[in-house]
Amino acid sequence: MAKRRIAYYLMTIPALFLFFAFHTFPALQGIFYSFTNWDGFSDGYSFVGLKNFINVFKDENVYNAYFFTFKYAIAATILINVISLLIALGLNAKIKAKNFFRSVYFLPNVLGVLIVGYIFNYLFSNAFTIWGAKLGSDFLSQNILGNPDWAWVGIVIVGVWQGIAYNTILYLAGLQTIPADLYEASSLDGASKWREFWSITFPMLASFFTINMVLAMKGGLMIFDQIVALTGGGPGRSTQSIAHLIYTGGFTGGEFAYQSANAVIYFIVIVAISLFQIKVLQRREMDL
Amino acid sequence: MRKNTNWLATALIALGSILILFPLYMTVGIALKNPEEMAQSIFSLPTGLHFENFSNAIKATDFFHALQNSAVITIVSVGFILLTNSLVSYAIARNMNRRFFKLLYLYFVSAMFIPFQIIMLPVVKVTTDLGMNNIPGLILLYIVYGLPFNVFVYVGYIRSIPLELEEAATVDGTSTWGTFWKIIFPLLGPISATIIILSSLSTWNDFLLPLILLADPSQYTLPLVQYVFQGQFSTDFNLAFASYLLALLPMVVVYLSAQKWIISGITQGAIK
Repeated sequence: MAKRRIAYYLMTIPALFLFFAFHTFPALQGIFYSFTNWDGFSDGYSFVGLKNFINVFKDENVYNAYFFTFKYAIAATILINVISLLIALGLNAKIKAKNFFRSVYFLPNVLGVLIVGYIFNYLFSNAFTIWGAKLGSDFLSQNILGNPDWAWVGIVIVGVWQGIAYNTILYLAGLQTIPADLYEASSLDGASKWREFWSITFPMLASFFTINMVLAMKGGLMIFDQIVALTGGGPGRSTQSIAHLIYTGGFTGGEFAYQSANAVIYFIVIVAISLFQIKVLQRREMDL
Repeated sequence: MRKNTNWLATALIALGSILILFPLYMTVGIALKNPEEMAQSIFSLPTGLHFENFSNAIKATDFFHALQNSAVITIVSVGFILLTNSLVSYAIARNMNRRFFKLLYLYFVSAMFIPFQIIMLPVVKVTTDLGMNNIPGLILLYIVYGLPFNVFVYVGYIRSIPLELEEAATVDGTSTWGTFWKIIFPLLGPISATIIILSSLSTWNDFLLPLILLADPSQYTLPLVQYVFQGQFSTDFNLAFASYLLALLPMVVVYLSAQKWIISGITQGAIK
């Protein structure tokens, strides 16, 4: 029996060691450096206590980044969930060429975010503007990504275009778990389609709704690739996400320690939001 | 149940799918045009089919080299993820009543909440100090970083496999390793398929980790190459789009040839 026990330890200890070395240790290092003034490449550094954290709270760039990231994450989460639920309902209905359309709607999920971003970047600047000009609208004939007030909407469009694929598949999987006899009973009772959706479909999807909301929100809060491909954080800093700020400030701005403090705060925010979402949404699941 | 085709839903779904396909049609169209055709209309079908865009893009970005890097990284990472992450999960799933394994499970799974940005800056320092800022290092990180999600999925699945199957093997004197490889691993087929699909997609398309980790340009992956060449592309859109299309194509081909399998794999992963 001892041999068996040793085997189980041999199966897990290398993984534990590697995970600690390349995940937990860097995380702890990040927390450690957040209390120093290290720039990322010099030999020496000294401890500065909570100075970085205090400065993060006073930093206009950090506020900008949080403001943009939340604006993006909330808009994208809502749009992705509403649209992908509608598409899933459509794909679950009695439609022609069901498998073909299923493949089409899932296709964006296999494409790299960065390259999709580059393609849309061009479409926004060179293609959609031509249509806008034809419509005679000054607003539509300009590149939305070049406008500090509206660039975030362009990023939301790309994020939603690509993000709906995965959530649609999850909702579709959820719809297929709903027993058909529930619908038969409701149609015998003469329930309207609208009533049927709110009384049967939506409640039965509760756990899928929770998963999709949490995943979409987490994805939105971590947005990075789209920013690099679409705006680089601009115009000005109007579309700089938190992840992008940590990357640029930490690697090229000589702000290693300072951005580590920013990352620690970001970590706390993400965990808090995820736990809050799970708690609230699961309470809704139980009430049903 | 209603048996008739719902034409309204079909029409709406078809209309929506145009929004998905239009940017892709544009990508193919622009990649096949030349600047003069673009000047006439960027929306129309290409008239000439300028395949030289592709050969120029292949030369400019050293496409086949980057393709090889991406393929090696994805295949090796996913192969090892499959073999190691399932083994770790097995040991955890069969010892959940023991404190060490229970804590190990909680440790891995709770790491799912940690955003990559918090370890991003130090991990570059750690890997550079160890001389691992290269493809083998990248592969190791993908294997290790897959653990939280994969352990979560695998442990749930393994716990649903009845113990009796293994007890018979134990009585016959099969070792724990033998039991895993001969009995459990083959039974993991469906959930392993899901893990393969999800980890292949995320590894192949990943941009951030190669960006911060890879020091030697000859090791760059396909997404990273697009990023590096962006500056040179800005004057020649046809070349840029040919290059984007080439970079997207391998995954699209894999997807089109295995779409049923991929969609059902994702679905299965979701319901678990």
